[in-house]
Amino acid sequence: MLTGNKAPVGEEDTAPVDIRDYVAGQENKGLLRFLTCGSVDDGKSTLIGRLLFDTKLIFEDQLAALENDSRKHGTAGDEIDFALLVDGLEAEREQGITIDVAYRFFSTPRRKFIVADTPGHEQYTRNMATGASTADLAIVLVDARQGILPQTRRHSIIASLLGIRHIVVAVNKIDLVGFDEAVFERIAGEYRAFAEELGFNSIQPIPMSARYGDNVTRSSDQTPWYDGPSLLEHLETVDIEVEAEGRPFRFPVQYVSRPNLDFRGFAGTVASGHIGVGDPVTVAKSGKQTRIRRIVTQDGDLDVASEGQAVTLVLEDEVELSRGNMLVTPEARPHVADQFAATLVWFDENPLLPGRSYILRTETDEVSATVSHLKHRRNINNFAEEAATCLNLNEVGLCNFSTQAPIAFDAFRDNRVTGAFILIDRLTNATVGAGMIEWPLRRAANIHWQALDVTRQSRAALKHQKPAVLWFTGLSGSGKSTIASLLEKKLHASGRHTYVLDGDNVRHGLNRDLGFTDADRVENIRRVAETAKLMADAGLIVLVSFISPFRAERRMARELMNEGEFVEVFVDTPFEDCARRDPKGLYAKALKGEIKNFTGVDSPYETPEKADIHVKTVARAPEDLVDEIEAWLRDRGYC
Amino acid sequence: MPAALTHLGRLEAEAIHIFREVAATFSKPVMLYSVGKDSSVLMHLAMKAFYPAKPPFPFLHVDTTWKFREMIAFRDRMAKEKGFDLLVHINEEGVRDGINPFDHGSNTHTHVMKTVALRQALDKYGFDAAFGGARRDEEKSRAKERIFSFRSAGHAWDPKNQRPEMWKIYNTRVATGESIRVFPLSNWTEQDIWQYILQENIPIVPLYFAARRPVVDRDGMTIMVDDDRMRLLPGEKVEERMVRFRTLGCYPLTGAIPSNATTLEEIVGEMLTARTSERQGRLIDRDEAGSMEKKKREGYF
Repeated sequence: MLTGNKAPVGEEDTAPVDIRDYVAGQENKGLLRFLTCGSVDDGKSTLIGRLLFDTKLIFEDQLAALENDSRKHGTAGDEIDFALLVDGLEAEREQGITIDVAYRFFSTPRRKFIVADTPGHEQYTRNMATGASTADLAIVLVDARQGILPQTRRHSIIASLLGIRHIVVAVNKIDLVGFDEAVFERIAGEYRAFAEELGFNSIQPIPMSARYGDNVTRSSDQTPWYDGPSLLEHLETVDIEVEAEGRPFRFPVQYVSRPNLDFRGFAGTVASGHIGVGDPVTVAKSGKQTRIRRIVTQDGDLDVASEGQAVTLVLEDEVELSRGNMLVTPEARPHVADQFAATLVWFDENPLLPGRSYILRTETDEVSATVSHLKHRRNINNFAEEAATCLNLNEVGLCNFSTQAPIAFDAFRDNRVTGAFILIDRLTNATVGAGMIEWPLRRAANIHWQALDVTRQSRAALKHQKPAVLWFTGLSGSGKSTIASLLEKKLHASGRHTYVLDGDNVRHGLNRDLGFTDADRVENIRRVAETAKLMADAGLIVLVSFISPFRAERRMARELMNEGEFVEVFVDTPFEDCARRDPKGLYAKALKGEIKNFTGVDSPYETPEKADIHVKTVARAPEDLVDEIEAWLRDRGYC
Repeated sequence: MPAALTHLGRLEAEAIHIFREVAATFSKPVMLYSVGKDSSVLMHLAMKAFYPAKPPFPFLHVDTTWKFREMIAFRDRMAKEKGFDLLVHINEEGVRDGINPFDHGSNTHTHVMKTVALRQALDKYGFDAAFGGARRDEEKSRAKERIFSFRSAGHAWDPKNQRPEMWKIYNTRVATGESIRVFPLSNWTEQDIWQYILQENIPIVPLYFAARRPVVDRDGMTIMVDDDRMRLLPGEKVEERMVRFRTLGCYPLTGAIPSNATTLEEIVGEMLTARTSERQGRLIDRDEAGSMEKKKREGYF
């Protein structure tokens, strides 16, 4: 029967007498956020469609549209295909798969629910992680005929990493194995064994047929051997122990409100704990202490603000405080460090490369960061820790991070708000990774910058010159080294203090341990950029002659240097000319496949978009080009 | 130990957080103000988010010139009372070409006077973030959208390639010309909206309350005759009936429902027994399957 509808389960008969009483009752219901995950075709979307249908949350016009769509796209024969209720994108309906997470809302007399229906395909794992990041519970679907698959494991691990502590193992399509208890017990047992290390607080296996509704909202007659709760019963009653009690006060500052000279408030959402007027608070990064004078909201000042509330705090004293910093309880302060270890889930097609610079964003703070060491990659199937030089799409690893400035944080296991961050690609602005901070690293706390009395200015002044890093980039054989060395001769002859850092030469010493993989290339550039920075600090004009094929690393080098100190010189020689000149005979070998990862052949060269100096070498003598560069430098006061 | 937040308290806090995040990280945000109930809630939340300051961004109304007259009057009254900076944009080319829902159909009318007009306005002022009142429970493609939803320089949404959105950590970075649509009401349902309006006593356009209004029946919908531009088809007869609106848009495209609910309490009561979804009253969503997704990809809100 497909009629009858609306009014949440069990409330059909309670004609709302007093609306305000009814609303007040709604207000005090708890909220459970959960997601459905698991492998492709295990029936995630069908299950949510069934839940919405059986809790009578589908409107008549939606039902009519669903019947229509089921005939057009459905995969359930003549019957209603509930998956079409949630697969809302055209591409999803055409392909019969879920691509991105869909959010649905329903409530019962006992609780309100937000469901995230997440995709099963491995390539859309990041969308599953999106849905999992805000959930308290995960329903992991398993097809009774297939058993536990790699995606079942992957999703369980990601759910565990993201802090989900409650799991329902929905052994679905139990009708297709004849409601066989043995099949159910085997899968439930296997899952428990596998999940032992994942730190879940509760695991509830339920035999189920989402398509026919067995054990979804009510116990099924077909599974008399199962005496546990139906799915909905479990969702309504599972204790998600909101551990708000006793956690230290954390208030990441979002926004400074200064409407007039008399008011300076710090707007934000309380991440954990609570604070009252008159309580002492500490500014996390500086350690300065003050007290709360007012807790401001439009509905009047509050005496106390607690976890989850969005308020504006006014302090007793004028302390230095802005977005990205945190107000905390003086009794339990967060870590403040620029080096820490974190578990990272990687979302991007381009791999994570240690040494490459990314933007790290916490809830309100933003800072440049690099992975200084990739400690290991986590094997999704057996949890083994494996050595790795990079993280590829959907891989998980433990990394040491180094940030350009210290950030304030807690370990993720203690606080899901102040212990999490995302990584953003500097060029594309894509969200490329999600991190969960494990612990701060000691060295950050103990090594402080030495303030030196002889400054970079005094060193440069003694040499009567303006320090600079001239960064020559271009294909192998494009003429970088020839030009750099001719230019150095001219500068030297006119009394300038210079030094050439040459790609090949540095690889014989400082970087002899590095190869030519993408990861090693990034580290190669990082070391050279840091060396060039020290030399510029010493007052030298440094000429760096490096293929440096990636924009991201050239940008990283630029950002390391002081403003105006970095000059990018693009030595532009077409590939064909480089290959024809082939001064070292390398192109011949690379084209025969004897050298791997050769720039321009089987490793990319990303052309500079806005080089400071662009020299085209074809049909030009190197001496002319050097004169050109020298003129550019003279015009800007470098020589 | 203070009490846990109520349901509406949680939703309110989440929306306020989102407002502040945008104000802190974008250089030129704007709030799309459509004058409907969701916009009223959105405005109310924006005021709360920045109190005691005013919201640090203007409100933009894209006027299709076919809105109910009461909507325009309400809009102007609100701007005056709340003191927000109101921008109104009309696609003058569309007006010049005489685009209207009768001769050109709802699709063309909506595309020219709403989607194209919105793109014009965003380009004209160079906004890099725009708040909208869309909710995930409204429609299937909306259920798929991020709270911070990226738009290319051409204002297009790429539903198959959305940025991951982890926790409450929003990626607010865009290149020149690109922008983000921001939906603070993503996790609200229609019921939440009405219950919040009731709790906070938020002013809304009187069309939401039942009254005797002149209507005709057309294409299975009840259309209000709001001005003399409404052309009657043969056989159509204007009748006075007790009706109200669940959603508001261009009057020739918005269906009324029979109702006697004249107070907020009665509206909430009616909601609890509703048997159809609110978007059923909108002609534009029924034009073709997946029509909302298509419009959104083209830059519709």
